[in-house]
Amino acid sequence: MYKSLKNALLLLIMLTVITGVFYPLVITGIAQLIFPRQANGSLIVRDGQVVGSSLLAQNFTRPEYFHPRPSAAGQDGYDAAGSAATNLGPTSQKLMDSLKKTADDYRQENNLSDEVVLPSDAVTSSGSGLDPEISLPNAYMQIARVAEARGVSTDKIRNIVDEYADSSILGIPGEERVNVLLLNLSLDDMNK
Amino acid sequence: MLKDMILFLLFFLVLFLLARPLGKYISKVFTGEKTCFDKIMRPIEKIIYKLVGIDENQEMTWRQYAAAVIWFHVFSFLAIFLTELFQGNLPLNPANEGNVSWDLALNTAVSFITNTNWQAYSGESTMSYFTQMTELAVHNFLSAATGISIAIVLIRGLTRKTTKLLGNYWVDMVRGTLWVLLPLSIILSLIFVEQGSIQNFASYVSAATIEGGTQTIAMGPVASQEAIKLLGTNGGGFFGANSAHPFENPTALANFLQALAIFLIPASLLFTLGRMVKDKKQGHAILAAMTILFVLFLGIIYVSEYYGNPNVAALGINGSNVMEGKELRFGLSGTTLFSAVTTAASCGAVNAMFDSFTPIGGMIPMLQIMLGEIIFGGVGSGLYGMLVYVLLSVFIVGLMVGRTPEYLGKKIESHEMKMVMLAVLIPAICILFGSAVAASTDAGMSATNNNGPHGLTEMLYAYASCTGNNGSAFGGLNANSTFYNITLAAAMLLGRFGVILPILAIAGSLAKKKISPVGAGTFQTHGLLFIVLLCAVVLIVGALTFLPALALGPIAEHLLMLQGQLY
Repeated sequence: MYKSLKNALLLLIMLTVITGVFYPLVITGIAQLIFPRQANGSLIVRDGQVVGSSLLAQNFTRPEYFHPRPSAAGQDGYDAAGSAATNLGPTSQKLMDSLKKTADDYRQENNLSDEVVLPSDAVTSSGSGLDPEISLPNAYMQIARVAEARGVSTDKIRNIVDEYADSSILGIPGEERVNVLLLNLSLDDMNK
Repeated sequence: MLKDMILFLLFFLVLFLLARPLGKYISKVFTGEKTCFDKIMRPIEKIIYKLVGIDENQEMTWRQYAAAVIWFHVFSFLAIFLTELFQGNLPLNPANEGNVSWDLALNTAVSFITNTNWQAYSGESTMSYFTQMTELAVHNFLSAATGISIAIVLIRGLTRKTTKLLGNYWVDMVRGTLWVLLPLSIILSLIFVEQGSIQNFASYVSAATIEGGTQTIAMGPVASQEAIKLLGTNGGGFFGANSAHPFENPTALANFLQALAIFLIPASLLFTLGRMVKDKKQGHAILAAMTILFVLFLGIIYVSEYYGNPNVAALGINGSNVMEGKELRFGLSGTTLFSAVTTAASCGAVNAMFDSFTPIGGMIPMLQIMLGEIIFGGVGSGLYGMLVYVLLSVFIVGLMVGRTPEYLGKKIESHEMKMVMLAVLIPAICILFGSAVAASTDAGMSATNNNGPHGLTEMLYAYASCTGNNGSAFGGLNANSTFYNITLAAAMLLGRFGVILPILAIAGSLAKKKISPVGAGTFQTHGLLFIVLLCAVVLIVGALTFLPALALGPIAEHLLMLQGQLY
């Protein structure tokens, strides 16, 4: 029995060193060497300042920007150090009330009639609260607002949206979607 | 819809293409045949044995093996528990995470040694890099290696005759880790980084957002933990949102590979079984039964989510595939595939929140866990769990035709059947009794995030997930309370060791028996009849045990949802 105890303890230490120290250090070393951009969070830097990560949603509320999906991460949403979802179920009164309110706001912002069926990603929170993308139908519904706020034609905005649209899932066409932060940055660049 | 079906087919194609050679490789690793990694790993292995003082040729009886397993887990528990309690004073803690409370530390330690990875905490706001890397990630490896070891021991019990010896736990652990889990993890984690998973030790980054706000971005050694989280069917995320978080699961391709990684070793072990018992058809038959059950359950989740929620549609919002709790980049196919895979296996990583699924879409993951996670199942635990059902099926056939049941030439007698019944009943009792206690106490009821039948489902899911060592959750349940931390820890221990110990006992007793030759009256455990029978036994045992509980939770909720009833 003493032998068993000693073996268990020493083997645990050895395997901890191999899988808990060597393994992550080696992977970090290789990753930093060959994929430094991804390994450090796909950060976007403008004028020497990190403005966000292309993989993470950040909040946009002004009319001249496309708006991301609602977020339940952290107190005010979009907390990239507190990923979370609403976890409200399909028969939740609270969820339906919040969807209704978000849908009303969305219609008003984008000047849509009650008959227009909204894409559900426009009013629902994602699993992480940090989903960086919106669906293409959602983006299209926001084009008129963005174009008006920027004083440019809707065609011009639509072209930029289409340019950033992505649909591939392993080369199999999937749901068409667009990255909000990259799209908004390119809108700002358009004026320069 | 067609494109979704193509994705599902592609998944199985790639899975089986990879599983066959890997299964063969794993059998070589555990029978001591030559493999391609011997040149690198053999010297490391020898050094470990020398430093620890292990005689690799000394085999153990099932009791010695069980004792070794238990001692190893006692120390593993203490290591995680103590590290969490004192992480505030330990290095590699740039976010200044404080010491973890005793009950959460206890729950988490049990959770990671039992391959459950139930998380009553959110990683980025609770655990230091040191804790994540040297404890949680480590036990992702070691609990998976234990699972493989137990499965291999059971196969040894089936193939050896008139012996008490079943192999050496220390050797099985070392070989499983070095030869199987580590090489696969290295490859996979680098692919994840290429796709966008992070891998660094930096402090959290402060970003100045475009509209003039600030956003603090959590960092850490994510990809290395991610790879073993999936390959070892562990499922414990680095971040609270688990595989829904873009830093854990950044793209559709990464998502596909994550789902594949969960099933890879469990599927391979069927080929390992076939090779070790020298009858490939035995492995194929079980694999076929698993695939049939999986396709059935995947189909139900897919259809249920596709039709979605009429209450959402009534608000003028597209009600098909409601995106609440889901991420766009995975699509309906990637979300449902992952959800079916992670609960068929005992993984428990999630890329979408089950709490917000349709009632039936959320019920199927729970049902797959309740069935014992034997549809591919956890690494090792899926195989030994399914073999329990195989023995049960063979026994039932034996009763029907009035012959002593046999499996692979081994007579299945009363001692084995008692152990089989323990392995089936202990988890079932844990799930039903645990959730009954929670549903009848304030401490249990006050933690639910949803009212009505959905609240019951949240509790039922927690006990199913912990007992089944899955670790996924209806995440709304506020499980970080002393009541849940302790009762769920007990469920995890019973669900793990309440199965492992009977399995070891079965292996010990089978190894002692002779192998009788196949005769004209032997019931063949391959072929269509056996496959259908095995599926039926799994479904009937599961349905009889859990249907009443499911009727009160998700099934009731489904009917109420169709009537527009809200809570």
